[in-house]
Amino acid sequence: MIPEQLAGKRIAITGSTGFLGTALVERLLRCAPDCELVLLVRPGRRGAEQRIKREVLKNDAFDRLREQWGDEFDAICDQRIHSYAGDVGTDGLGLDQAGLNALASCDIVIHSAAAVSFDSPIDLAVEVNLLGPVRVAQTLNELGVKPHMVAVSTCYVAGSRRGAAPEEPVDDSPFFVDVNWRVEVDQARRARAEFESESRTVARLDAFRKGADDELGAAGRPAIAAKTEQLRSRWVTEQLAEAGRARASSLGFPDSYAYTKALGEVALAETRGDLPVSTVRPAIIESAVAEPVPGWIRGFRMAEPIIISYARGLLKEFPGVPEGIVDVIPVDFVVAAICAVAARGPIETETGKPDITQVASGSLNPLRYIKLVDLAQEWFTANPLYDDKGQPIAVPEFSFPGRGRVQKQLERAGKTLDRTDKALSMLPLRGKPAMYTAGLGEQREQVARAKGYVDLYGAYAECEAVYGLDRLIALWESLDADDQEQFTFDPRIIVWDDYVPEIHLPSVVKAGRVKTTPGAKTGPSRQQRLRGQVLDPNRQLAVFDLENTLIASNVVASYAWLASRQLPERDRARFVARTIMEGPALLSLDRQDRSDFLRYFYRRFEHAEVEQLEAASAEMFSDLILTKSFPAAIRRVRAHRAAGHRTLLITGALELVVKPLEPLFDDIIAAGLGEKPITSSGRRVYNGQLTSVPPTGEARYQAMADYAAQHDLDLREAVAYADSASDLPMLEAVGFPVAVNPETKLASIARKRGWLVELFGKSPGGPRKIIPLAPRRTT
Amino acid sequence: MAKEPKRAPRPGLVLDVDRSTPPILFHHGEGFRLEKLPAGRSRVIYAAEPLPGIPDPDGAIREALANPIGESEPLHALLTPGMKLTIAFDDISLPLPQMTKPDVRQRIIEAVLDLAAEAGVDDVHLIAALALHRRMTEAELRHAVGDRVYDAFAPQGCLYNHDAEDPDGMVIIGQTPHDEDVQMNKRAAESDLIVYVNINLVSMDGGWKSTATGLSGYQALKHHHNPATMKASKSFMIKEDSELHHSNWRQGKVLKESGIKVFQIETTINNNTFGDNGPMSVLQKREWEWTGRDRASFMAMNTGLKAMSARAKRTAFQSWKAPYELTSVQAGEVEAVHEVTTANTLKQHLVPVEGQTDILTMGLPYICPYNVNSIMNPILVMCLGLGYFFNMYRNKPLVREGGVLIMSHPTPWEFHPVHHPSYIDFFEQVLTETHDPVEMSEKYEKQYAEDEWYRHLYRTSYAYHGVHPFYMWYWGSHALEHLGQVIIVGGDTRAVQRLGFRPASTLQDALEMASDTVGPQASITHYHNPPILMADVT
Repeated sequence: MIPEQLAGKRIAITGSTGFLGTALVERLLRCAPDCELVLLVRPGRRGAEQRIKREVLKNDAFDRLREQWGDEFDAICDQRIHSYAGDVGTDGLGLDQAGLNALASCDIVIHSAAAVSFDSPIDLAVEVNLLGPVRVAQTLNELGVKPHMVAVSTCYVAGSRRGAAPEEPVDDSPFFVDVNWRVEVDQARRARAEFESESRTVARLDAFRKGADDELGAAGRPAIAAKTEQLRSRWVTEQLAEAGRARASSLGFPDSYAYTKALGEVALAETRGDLPVSTVRPAIIESAVAEPVPGWIRGFRMAEPIIISYARGLLKEFPGVPEGIVDVIPVDFVVAAICAVAARGPIETETGKPDITQVASGSLNPLRYIKLVDLAQEWFTANPLYDDKGQPIAVPEFSFPGRGRVQKQLERAGKTLDRTDKALSMLPLRGKPAMYTAGLGEQREQVARAKGYVDLYGAYAECEAVYGLDRLIALWESLDADDQEQFTFDPRIIVWDDYVPEIHLPSVVKAGRVKTTPGAKTGPSRQQRLRGQVLDPNRQLAVFDLENTLIASNVVASYAWLASRQLPERDRARFVARTIMEGPALLSLDRQDRSDFLRYFYRRFEHAEVEQLEAASAEMFSDLILTKSFPAAIRRVRAHRAAGHRTLLITGALELVVKPLEPLFDDIIAAGLGEKPITSSGRRVYNGQLTSVPPTGEARYQAMADYAAQHDLDLREAVAYADSASDLPMLEAVGFPVAVNPETKLASIARKRGWLVELFGKSPGGPRKIIPLAPRRTT
Repeated sequence: MAKEPKRAPRPGLVLDVDRSTPPILFHHGEGFRLEKLPAGRSRVIYAAEPLPGIPDPDGAIREALANPIGESEPLHALLTPGMKLTIAFDDISLPLPQMTKPDVRQRIIEAVLDLAAEAGVDDVHLIAALALHRRMTEAELRHAVGDRVYDAFAPQGCLYNHDAEDPDGMVIIGQTPHDEDVQMNKRAAESDLIVYVNINLVSMDGGWKSTATGLSGYQALKHHHNPATMKASKSFMIKEDSELHHSNWRQGKVLKESGIKVFQIETTINNNTFGDNGPMSVLQKREWEWTGRDRASFMAMNTGLKAMSARAKRTAFQSWKAPYELTSVQAGEVEAVHEVTTANTLKQHLVPVEGQTDILTMGLPYICPYNVNSIMNPILVMCLGLGYFFNMYRNKPLVREGGVLIMSHPTPWEFHPVHHPSYIDFFEQVLTETHDPVEMSEKYEKQYAEDEWYRHLYRTSYAYHGVHPFYMWYWGSHALEHLGQVIIVGGDTRAVQRLGFRPASTLQDALEMASDTVGPQASITHYHNPPILMADVT
């Protein structure tokens, strides 16, 4: 019956790129062969049609249809699917005339677009979840058409309550706190404006700036500015999410999603006029029992990250009431119910409000929290995940603590890690210890994420509402046998003992891309793959920093060496002591701004004789530079040349210091020292001033970019090696950044972004120079 | 001045190990091991005691310059005013360890310069004939030629290191009938006379190897520094049996025929490496003759070494200067001089040994020709054991074909970043792929030899030439082909495996492992060196 009822119908769908939407499109194409679909989709960068093709039709949900239709798949889709750019977040749905015409021609409109994230900023949740359905109805009314509108909502509009939650309008519930949705909309929009202005106050901007400094260090003004702005806008988003959570909770909802969905229902009922509307309220949608294939799931959704975190041993406890109900409903059941509602058409209710169908399992076939945990524990014990050393991970035993206790535990862990992280990041670490610190940052993020889950989903695990399913069952019983087979949605037939271990958990594990086989990894490691990419002949340019990337030395050391070369024996000790005393001050100046430091420091070369220094520099190459060099780094430079890449050294070191490195690179950009006018004695003497901006921070990026432009090289095909966060502008600009012996800040950035990290070391056993003094000149 | 020896030096000897034989000293890098060898099937070869030195070396040198051997006029007769004179001398690789001051080279060079000054020669250059070795530092040059010579010539740019990669500094002299290029330092080739100052530590040194190799470059060296030549040199320590020498002599002939005039001065020194007294003297004594005092000083030294860091040990050992004494000096025409030199060298080194052995054991010391003031990296360990020590034989190798070589050395995974840069890459790039000298020479040699960066480091820094690690490996070609198994005792496991050898933690384990190849009752011979000895195997 359902296929016949839908035959010849045009069905508009919003939210078709989502989890539910994708399954709905697939089911309608496959099981209602004579309907056409009008998909309203945000165009993104590629346009509506391309998005549908790439994000919906390429999904593995369509594998079954592809097989069934073979070569005709594309043709049938082209014929039956019409995609239009639209956005439920804007008035008029953002449709152009063609889109409006298409919408006007529809018999049924299924509105499933939503901001499903539980921590969306309140204004976004309001625009999409609250105003979305209102806008759809309004547009239809303005078009003067009366299709059957099926609005997808959620069971959780009933709020955090215990006991029965029947299929009744939100505002008919005795527990509903009556608020004016229009005021809520205004306030949400105002909140955005207010946080935007607060984020621009002096105090806030200073704090963001400091945060950017802490994260990036001396990365140069532009990089710091970009980071500051990013932190500011992230702060606004966080504040709005927090505001949503607070407002939802104040009205008795678990989160802003349920809150905005609930008010959305109220608003739609109020503004729909005589548009026929049916509301479908699913509970927690999870992987499919059978359609299109058992276990089908899209994206990494609500329960999945929790399950995976549990299986990896990260989430040791999760709050909840053992006998509480986890109201899970497979996605194919929800899809089937929507199809049945759409096929049946609107029905009159006594109150004149839209009819409501809840799709849930709790009241008829409850899955208890304790059962879910038992099943998961059993399954993961039999099918453990493996850590990166190939050892199986044992899953923890749940003790069903209260939410407060878990939150406190996680907070404590987070704070400890925070403090350790902060203490470690103050130390001048680099290389392995820095990477360890970066790993700590990752742990901290995991704890933060676990805490996020608890904050967000804890309310659901503790929710003890039981959703009434009378209308759903009535609808089910009105179906004939064929429909019941093709459009199954009776929650009573789900066997949790089969569904959880045999369908759901395997599909979650698959979607989670986790290690499920024992033993060490075979095949090339991630490092090896990245190294392969870096040395690929298609790369065009390899840029290297000098200090701590190629050699374990710095401008102070080479200055000390050069200066001590000319000193008589008795002055050497004094010179060493003075340089060591100055160390901390120099270091802190360097941290603040590298180019200021270099300018200041190079002034010491004023009055130095050019020829004398050049000769000394040649000796220093063997005595200091090569002694402190990283052979693997030098080999890497040479490997790049062998691969046909151009190699470039960009350094704040002096030209005369790096001159002996010329044969290693195609080109060198270094700091040049100016000379004084030649005196009567004919001696060439340095004036201690730099001839150009020292290539550090963004100037280093600029030097690289100019060089690339000059030689017609593509930065996307460039590799850059550097050791410090001050090199971020350069690293971020290239397609293949490599962090070499990174200091703490760069280590954590590299780790987060998955950059190649190389730990190059000095030749083991090589001569050690504790104080960079030149051997005394004897001739 | 050399002291009169108390008694006549005893010749080398072969000791059969029985139950009463004390543990035997094995050199082990910057340290030592005492090993009990299995009684009844082991023997130990000891070097001869140091031959007496010439009481008046400077007199002997003057004598030799005035009374040349072969078809040559006395040196003073060859020196004329306005002539171009080049004095070339052996580099840092000789002798090992460096000898106490004054170095033999200094004595000779001073004598030659005296004659040159008398004859009014003022265009004199002094060149360290280092071929593709690293340049010598100022301190090393000062040690070799003395401060007086250094200060007189170096500041004027007349005392310097040979540069085989100087595009303007090398000339091709010609080709041998075997199509081997002959190449030479341009200054030397254009001189009216080359005076070559040699120190013969082992019988391989000297002769035409001095000039045809020492003042040459890659283009000429590749004709005999290659796996085929080295496999055909059995051993390369004996000129007559050495394809390496045949090739050098052919090149020497081309030099001679081109009109290049060489006045060769060769010297031999005794094997007084560790001295008659002092902390190291015990290393030169036979174990059963160790006195209570020797034992105590050995124990003290070993305990001290254990407490020291690897770096400190290296510094301590590298600072040791051997009290070598001059045993002969001869000058004149290259080939005639070299005949006498070789005979004098062998007089000190040869020890008659009857029959080959199944297992050859050796303790590798801290030094080889290529790590003076540097690090003995794993490739040099291979070269010292399979190249130098293995080839210290006449007639036939000490170990039978298919036998086992057990070497003792810590073989640390360490490299000198300034001296051995191409070694580091060779270790990472070549040895991870192949241990076969032929395969590596075909696939990688040219690339390393012609590499601009290595060339730059060789010329301007203190690096061995890019191709040098290949030569080190080729040096072991004959041994690699001959041996059934190579085991290193007490080495860094990963480094030893990288070399393609098997690591063992004790000599007992190594002998156990060797039994897989040569059976449980295999005969064992320990090559007790240094002091240097050469086995005359019959």
